[in-house]
Amino acid sequence: MEIDAAKQLGAALAMGLGAIGPGIGIGLIGSKAMEAMGRNPEAAGTIQTNMILAIAFAESIGIFALVIALLLKFV
Amino acid sequence: MGKKLVDALWGTTTRKIWTIFVGVLLVLGLLLKIPFVTDLLGISPVPPPHVALSGEPIFSDGPSWLTNSVLTTIIVDIILLLLAIVTRFSLKEVPSGLQNVMEAVIEALYGLAESVAGKNASKFFPWVATIFLFVIVSNWSGLIPGVGSIGFYHETEKHEEAVPAEGEEAPATEGEGHGYRLDNQLAMAGGSIILAAPEEAQTAVMAAESEHGKFVPLFRAPSADLNVTFALAIATMVMVQIWGVRFLGGSYFRKFFNLSGPNGFMKGINGFVGILELISEFARIIAFGFRLFGNIFAGEIVLATMAFLFAFLLPIPFYALEVFVGFVQALVFMMLALVFFQMSTISHGSHDEHH
Repeated sequence: MEIDAAKQLGAALAMGLGAIGPGIGIGLIGSKAMEAMGRNPEAAGTIQTNMILAIAFAESIGIFALVIALLLKFV
Repeated sequence: MGKKLVDALWGTTTRKIWTIFVGVLLVLGLLLKIPFVTDLLGISPVPPPHVALSGEPIFSDGPSWLTNSVLTTIIVDIILLLLAIVTRFSLKEVPSGLQNVMEAVIEALYGLAESVAGKNASKFFPWVATIFLFVIVSNWSGLIPGVGSIGFYHETEKHEEAVPAEGEEAPATEGEGHGYRLDNQLAMAGGSIILAAPEEAQTAVMAAESEHGKFVPLFRAPSADLNVTFALAIATMVMVQIWGVRFLGGSYFRKFFNLSGPNGFMKGINGFVGILELISEFARIIAFGFRLFGNIFAGEIVLATMAFLFAFLLPIPFYALEVFVGFVQALVFMMLALVFFQMSTISHGSHDEHH
């Protein structure tokens, strides 16, 4: 395989596979936060802040994959 | 339904002006994607995003430490210092204007610190608030128009001007915008023979690029440079150790070197846990640094790519997203630092006793 083709494939695989985990994680966080808000609407504000924080943590895993993909593609 | 739509787009004079404005932008954006038109007008389309992993020295013959991210970091520092000094020397009993804003920010941050650290909040607050303010200003500094797009071409001056006419003969080799880029580069190189095979094109572009010089932006968001985020992460993790020693004394290090236990097996397990703790301290540095860097760097590339795909209107929602991401990442960095500080003040041995 040519080195350029391997780079492109590697970037696509890194991003695609790396997005699976964070996607599932963010979905779980969102669904649980919605449940909690439904049960206790008064606490919606704090739940939302904590949800966004937790989503940022899950998302950062996907961002690691994105950085690797960008490095492979451009550098 | 149709009448409503017409009314929304063409109802009043203001709406008419907006509709025409947006329509002109859309048409212009489409026209700029057609190579024939850009060649006819003699303008170059939006270049593909400029991707550089670290900050680059601004002057090719200047000091190598003076990179664009260092320059922007200094500017961010000056902005923060000026804000602090101006607010400090215009303090009034009845706050107004800037003082109101600063008080609101500081109060919100202090409330957050208190909710995590409790009575230690006053000790941790200066550190984490400084981190938050620095990170948020440097995240948003990358969104200012001109940051990352104004810069110099290094190593050459003679081919700076517009595209020569030879560019028109150049057939686009690849689909997409990359083809235009090749044309431009070759035209700038003085219209050398163009492109039979992709490999030759690649070398030709390299030659053209080395002749035309490398584009180096003048400014670059500090948090889009791995050096800055790693420096912040290392400083934070060093402070975690310092707080741990201050609160727990020498027994803080029992977390890492723990050979206690009722029998040999438990001693081994505890020793292994200590090694894991030691590794996790270093893993935190890496995760800390890469989280901030990755978010901001990826955001910049997303914005540049969107501007490259369609020059007008398309980047606007992504700008809004990046403003939000910049805020959330600053908050995340601050919260994590707070939580690590707080965790280091709690004696580790006390919960191990329960097992």
